[in-house]
Amino acid sequence: MKTLIYDESFAGWLTAVFELYEFKWPQVTITPACRPEVTMFSEARIIITDEAKALRVWAGLKKRLSQQALEDLYRSFLSEYPGMEDRLLQYVQYVFRSPQNIESDYSHPSVQFVGNIAKKVGREKHRMEAFVRLQQLSTADAAASPGLHAASSSASLYYASISPDFNVLPLIRQHFEQRYADQQWIIYDLRRKYGIFYNLDRTDIITIDFNEGVDTGRHITTVTDPCEVFCQQLWQTYFDRVNIGARKNTKLHIQHMPRRYWKFLTEKQPR
Amino acid sequence: MWERIKEKLGILADAAKYDVSCASSGSKRKNENKGLGNASNGICHAYTEDGRCISLLKILLTNHCIYDCAYCVSRKSNDIERAAFTVTEIVDLTIAFYRRNYIEGLFLSSGIFTNPDYTMERLVLIAKKLRTEHNFHGYIHLKTIPGASDELIRQAGLYADRLSVNVEMPTEASLRLLAPDKSREQMLKPMRYLKSAIEQNLDEKRRFSKAPQFAPAGQSTQMVIGATPETDLVILHLASQFYQRLQLRRVYYSGYVPISPDQRLPAIGTPVPMVRENRLYQADWLLRNYGFTVDELLPPESPLLDMEVDPKLAWALRNMQVFPLDVNVADPVLLQRIPGIGLQSVKKIESARRFSRLTWDHLKKMGVSVNKVRYFLTTASPEYQRKDLQPQQIRQILLSQGHSKYKPNFSPQISLF
Repeated sequence: MKTLIYDESFAGWLTAVFELYEFKWPQVTITPACRPEVTMFSEARIIITDEAKALRVWAGLKKRLSQQALEDLYRSFLSEYPGMEDRLLQYVQYVFRSPQNIESDYSHPSVQFVGNIAKKVGREKHRMEAFVRLQQLSTADAAASPGLHAASSSASLYYASISPDFNVLPLIRQHFEQRYADQQWIIYDLRRKYGIFYNLDRTDIITIDFNEGVDTGRHITTVTDPCEVFCQQLWQTYFDRVNIGARKNTKLHIQHMPRRYWKFLTEKQPR
Repeated sequence: MWERIKEKLGILADAAKYDVSCASSGSKRKNENKGLGNASNGICHAYTEDGRCISLLKILLTNHCIYDCAYCVSRKSNDIERAAFTVTEIVDLTIAFYRRNYIEGLFLSSGIFTNPDYTMERLVLIAKKLRTEHNFHGYIHLKTIPGASDELIRQAGLYADRLSVNVEMPTEASLRLLAPDKSREQMLKPMRYLKSAIEQNLDEKRRFSKAPQFAPAGQSTQMVIGATPETDLVILHLASQFYQRLQLRRVYYSGYVPISPDQRLPAIGTPVPMVRENRLYQADWLLRNYGFTVDELLPPESPLLDMEVDPKLAWALRNMQVFPLDVNVADPVLLQRIPGIGLQSVKKIESARRFSRLTWDHLKKMGVSVNKVRYFLTTASPEYQRKDLQPQQIRQILLSQGHSKYKPNFSPQISLF
């Protein structure tokens, strides 16, 4: 029994898959460096991420799977679900030992696993595309011309904190790049302590050193920008007034907007 | 000045909220020249406390109105606060909300002031400013004001993703009774115009890929249900004609919320017909996507939808001679008629049965609700094999399993707590 310890990156996991075929290890478990699970009877081996090896595995998968199935595999990886490394390995082994494309064999447990987990991650991706609330950090021209117009300047920086169930930043990047092409923005994952910053030209991964105590709240600074405060109040007003009291349905409301997301939602803040 | 904007937003959002459409999908508008926004995905950014999707900034330009339609909060004779936004205010509000990822775009409607063309002109101007001055590519849904000229409607189509004319009432008689200022013909005329303009544009796009877009998300309409005595059969026949003859993308059903002491309407305090509204949407969905016809869903002898069970299950219970089907060989067209199996499950079943003979366990793992389908289906494993139950018995069993999720919420009794 071998335990392969990898660096939590997708390329690292693919490298582990490569080496297991390279050295023909019969019994293997892959475990992340952050929570290595090495039992007494297994031999640990640290995998050094190798782009070339990772790409070869990926190319092999590409020949046997559709774009959608590859995307699902990547999404399942981003779930960070404990033990998913081995479950995904089983899937990949099933792919490589089968003469035909097996991605639509929904009666197979590995295919079911990837399908289900990818669906969950996809839902979280969609929720983040919906629930990110960008805040304008500074209004350059607010003093000169106060009013609604200044509350929507493309010249300023917009910021949002999130804390998604899965590591979906890599999945939502493109959506926000395409949508907000003319404004600078940062979306920061407080749980995983990294963010993405779009600077009108490209998107980079960034980390920010917050002061103590910030992690629990939604603001990185107390919002003092008058335009931003006004705009948030407008949105709250809209949210309150568009509701039809005679149709109240709290169960449905919470089903669509689970409580764990409320702390980041402008409209769910106390008035 | 900011306080007044907030007040106006409150009044004009309040007045717009009975328009149920909030769809922002069905368009393929891309962000161009590093502008702002795109319209392709259909995202609900929030949900109201009544559980409805908030996707668009849904708002009236003004709630001043020269008409007096009995079912409408903005009717002339109603004593309410009135307000009007300026064109610039709506444009700025849309951009401010959009940049913060609150919305997918704008759904703009209006009370009719001065005359239909005057009103329509302002709606078009707002859409035009957003597109041309702000390089905005988000979703825009414009209401077409009945009686507006073809030329204004044509311009609206150049800037908007979707246009809609509300037919308001399921029959002409009801419309005459409740909205004496409007006529059915006034509504059908712009719908016909839009149908041909959209078709013509599709044809142009086929020949020149650079042809400008015209209402790429098509047209939709809405009718109020429960305010007048029409049966579901009448309502769904009308809807199905809209889909077939006018190629509408969607027909919306708005359960009447009693807002007026008018003798012609249900009294204030009458519950909103939410279950009926829900059943109509389910039936509508079956018409559009599952190959059912109105007559199958509502045979002439029962022109009302079953409130206890959904229309698909009701159809299956009336047609037990079709079942049980064998999951491993049945035609997909029939499989999709089984209550508890959706289009996605049909696709999965079709693929999976090429690899192995499917059992109940496989179906469960695919996400099929075995509890429901077991009365209509057989698989490779014999368990759950259906005894010869009468439709009435199956109905009772399924109802007793407590899947009637609407009961606690929509009980007509007033809950005290």
